[in-house]
Amino acid sequence: MANSYYDPADLRKFGNITEWSEELGNKFFDYYGKVFEEGALSAREKSLIALAVAHVVKCPYCIDAYTKDGLQRGITKEEMMEAVHAGAAIESGATLVHGVQMMNKYNKLSM
Amino acid sequence: MATKSLKARQNELAESNRQLDILNGGIFADGELPYFKDKIAEIGYFPLRPKKLEILQINVGYMCNQVCEHCHVDAGPDRKEIMTRDTMHLCLDIIRNTGAHTLDLTGGAPEMNPDFRWFVEEAAKAGIKDFIVRSNLTIIRANKKYYDLPEFFKKHNVHVISSMPHYTRGKTDKQRGDGVFDKSIKALQDLNAVGYGAPEGSLRLDLVYNPSGAFLPGDQSAMEKDFKKALKEDFDIDFHNLFAITNLPIARFLDYLIASENYEDYMYALVEAYNPGAVENVMCTNTISISWDGWIYDCDFNQMLGLKVASKVKHIKDYNEDILNDRNIIISQHCYGCTAGAGSSCQGAVT
Repeated sequence: MANSYYDPADLRKFGNITEWSEELGNKFFDYYGKVFEEGALSAREKSLIALAVAHVVKCPYCIDAYTKDGLQRGITKEEMMEAVHAGAAIESGATLVHGVQMMNKYNKLSM
Repeated sequence: MATKSLKARQNELAESNRQLDILNGGIFADGELPYFKDKIAEIGYFPLRPKKLEILQINVGYMCNQVCEHCHVDAGPDRKEIMTRDTMHLCLDIIRNTGAHTLDLTGGAPEMNPDFRWFVEEAAKAGIKDFIVRSNLTIIRANKKYYDLPEFFKKHNVHVISSMPHYTRGKTDKQRGDGVFDKSIKALQDLNAVGYGAPEGSLRLDLVYNPSGAFLPGDQSAMEKDFKKALKEDFDIDFHNLFAITNLPIARFLDYLIASENYEDYMYALVEAYNPGAVENVMCTNTISISWDGWIYDCDFNQMLGLKVASKVKHIKDYNEDILNDRNIIISQHCYGCTAGAGSSCQGAVT
């Protein structure tokens, strides 16, 4: 038993989720594979989006996977860090935009 | 960044037997990952056999002006293994009589062999269809005596294949040493200046990309587009094709993988990326590799692992192409490097 909730070696076992629910597992991995193919967006662009989202959802497996994926695609560390900032900006923006709600409430309750 | 070869550092990985112990043991011996021979047996390719010989690859010596971190040859300025003119004479006899259409000179930096120019001049007369020299680029700018190499290559209609790990300075210098990027750019411009790499021209200039770390190369054609765009926009450089080559877990790259605790993950990545479709065209099925001292190997990687061909003909003094082609190719777990993804060879992807 691993002594941590996150074991880097578990990423390799991701495919095993299909063993306990074959149909849904296969549908997911087919969908996943299709999403990251070249399309209206390039696979390279999608890799950077995935990296940004990986940080926002704070998934250590996804961060490992898409850092490696980016390296394989020749994406530079500057591009990767900008993608992380794009994710962080949306996340902090999502917090801060609630400040308007706070202001509305404040104003409503104040004389 | 190391400045000496593993051999000069008396590192245990300078011994090919130690490397083979690692490649055959650990996660493969305990059954966690399958042996390469079992994987290719599944599709009926074991034992792996040569097809028609197409490429003669000759390693004219391990001396090099660079000490790249990923080098499977463990090449460097301290390596003294250099092909002599006597051995070159034996090679020329083979080049004149071979059925192969491609001659591929490699090293080390082949240009550092004192008889390199004589050998190229003689070999060029043999009328081989495609005559490749693998040049690391910086050698062209390393010393005045090499400045005229682009003209020399042009005179003998040599096809130049050069290493260029990335189109950004940081990544290139980290893998190959400080200043390598600027020198490589200048060397490419020198090659372009004499006509190499012109889009419609006949002087072939191809680049080789190796990942600078413990990861596999991405899609070759996508990387080629990125390299072409960046090198053209930033430096006005033209080249023909980009070959994306997977780093094999041998010599200094193996040392790096182990020291950085990436070895197991890397082997997992290679095995996961195993592509049965790449097996048919692995380069050992159409290439033979000759070492500086005239021994014959299935490929340059087996040469570095000391695995001579399993044939009665093991040395060029006994060369016989028909006997040599009737052999089983020697494999180990490093071979997963040539069957990962789109496959990998000295000519890039194989699928």
